[in-house]
Amino acid sequence: MSDSKQKPTPPAPQLPTVIEVRDLVTHYGTRQILNGINVDIVQGEIMVIMGGSGSGKSTFLRHLMALQMPTSGTIKILGNDVWDLSQKDLFGLRKKLGVAFQAGALFSSMTVGENIMLPLYEHTKLDRLTMQIMARMKLEVVDLAGFEDLMPSELSGGMVKRAAVARAIIMDPRILFFDEPSAGLDPVVSSQLDDLILRLRDAMGMTICVVTHELESAFKIADRITVLDKGDILFIGTVDELKKHPSERIQNLLNRRSEEAEIDADEYLRRLMGEKLETEGMSR
Amino acid sequence: MSERAKPNAVFRFFDRLGRLSVAGLEELGRYGTLLVESFYWLIFGHRIGQPVRIGAFFSEMMEIGVRAIGIVGIMAAAIGAMLAIQGIYSLKIFGAEGHVVFGVAFSMVREFAPLITGILVAGRSGSALSARIGTMKINQEIDALEVMGINPVRFLVVPSLLAALIMVPALTFMSMIVGLWAAGAYVNFALGMSLAAFLDQTISILSVNDLLHGLGKSAIFGLLIALIGVVNGFMVKGGAEGVGKATTRAVVQCISAIVVTDMLFALVATL
Repeated sequence: MSDSKQKPTPPAPQLPTVIEVRDLVTHYGTRQILNGINVDIVQGEIMVIMGGSGSGKSTFLRHLMALQMPTSGTIKILGNDVWDLSQKDLFGLRKKLGVAFQAGALFSSMTVGENIMLPLYEHTKLDRLTMQIMARMKLEVVDLAGFEDLMPSELSGGMVKRAAVARAIIMDPRILFFDEPSAGLDPVVSSQLDDLILRLRDAMGMTICVVTHELESAFKIADRITVLDKGDILFIGTVDELKKHPSERIQNLLNRRSEEAEIDADEYLRRLMGEKLETEGMSR
Repeated sequence: MSERAKPNAVFRFFDRLGRLSVAGLEELGRYGTLLVESFYWLIFGHRIGQPVRIGAFFSEMMEIGVRAIGIVGIMAAAIGAMLAIQGIYSLKIFGAEGHVVFGVAFSMVREFAPLITGILVAGRSGSALSARIGTMKINQEIDALEVMGINPVRFLVVPSLLAALIMVPALTFMSMIVGLWAAGAYVNFALGMSLAAFLDQTISILSVNDLLHGLGKSAIFGLLIALIGVVNGFMVKGGAEGVGKATTRAVVQCISAIVVTDMLFALVATL
């Protein structure tokens, strides 16, 4: 267990590190979002990144997907410093990554099958029949066989997410990212998606990084969990270590207790009215 | 109180002016960057394994050009007939209505055909491009393209830009023919001049330069429409409201840019 404010995470023994994040700092204007993050993600593990709203987890994920440049710090993916790569090499690296976005991000003008075949169409010289066969295979993996001719608008929320997973794994990526996979889904569909994530790790040996705030889902799938809080890493470790962690903030997060609830009523009222009262006082 | 408010108002004015100037320059920079990047992908895309998709290019040509034929044709016919009506009405004062062909031919080929086509395509395709790219942005589809290793400029922008560059002049050419035909039909009805005589006079009046003048500026209009639509789409922030705002902004900017460019083109060409 590591209550690692700024210390690099020790990688699990014998397993190579596939994502290495060092001293990652991000600012939006004058607001600091990430305060020097250090994380290692090792091959074949499911790393869940958790945290409340505004904790910086979505920004962190955008950095990991090489979609956003940090203010400072380095991110090495499969040994490559992503911001030192040429455009061509970055394209090459991205072929080894797959992403399932929160709302699926399927292209609404294409059928499910065309969405899934798009990376093959763009990056390979396979003939159409082979691409169709591969797309059907991936649709089988996500239990969506036979849906390839439908438009994304004809699918349910859970099916869209599974179709997005099929697209994300069509190139057999080494690392798979999930952004809030359970968001907006009912518990049964959410649980099915969790099972799918576990299956992908076990059957295809992928390294998987999941950003979520669903505790139940995180506990079910995570090999390790990173807890972000206000741009800092509050915790990195296994599910059992997290559950036993003595930190009050972590226990509040696990028990879904708001720190705000512990503020007394007078303080809360003062905070709400303070500025207005002061203004009124000045004008009088 | 008022003494304190005065400098504040002045400060706020200059602050706002400064911010608007910086934002304007930033936007101009975006247009330039996007144009350069588009030509980069068009020319060098093949070399780095990311060629421009021919299928998307034809599909955009269909959307921007072929599907606009109907409305552009109707508008061109209306403008051509209107020019003939107004021309005959004005020239009648001098008893020179027979010279209406001069006015109609020059204004249709050099001015009205490119202008009306540009404005119609701006309303149809400039807004559609902006809405499509804006929606893709808020649905994270642009991000999805990037993480799949597909450059969004190469995938989304270049086909539209190229299609607009080809189809707006093509539509303008069609607009010239339809407009002149409609004008000829009215002249035939009002003055009894045969359509063949009208056409013959038109051909003898116009030079290749007049045609190139109209087609040249329509190509610039096409480029402007695609660029403005795309840049506004990429700048969308927020949800559906942001898409709506960007679409409106794109149409207003397209039409303004077309009218100003038209004026500058006319000024330079007639110097």
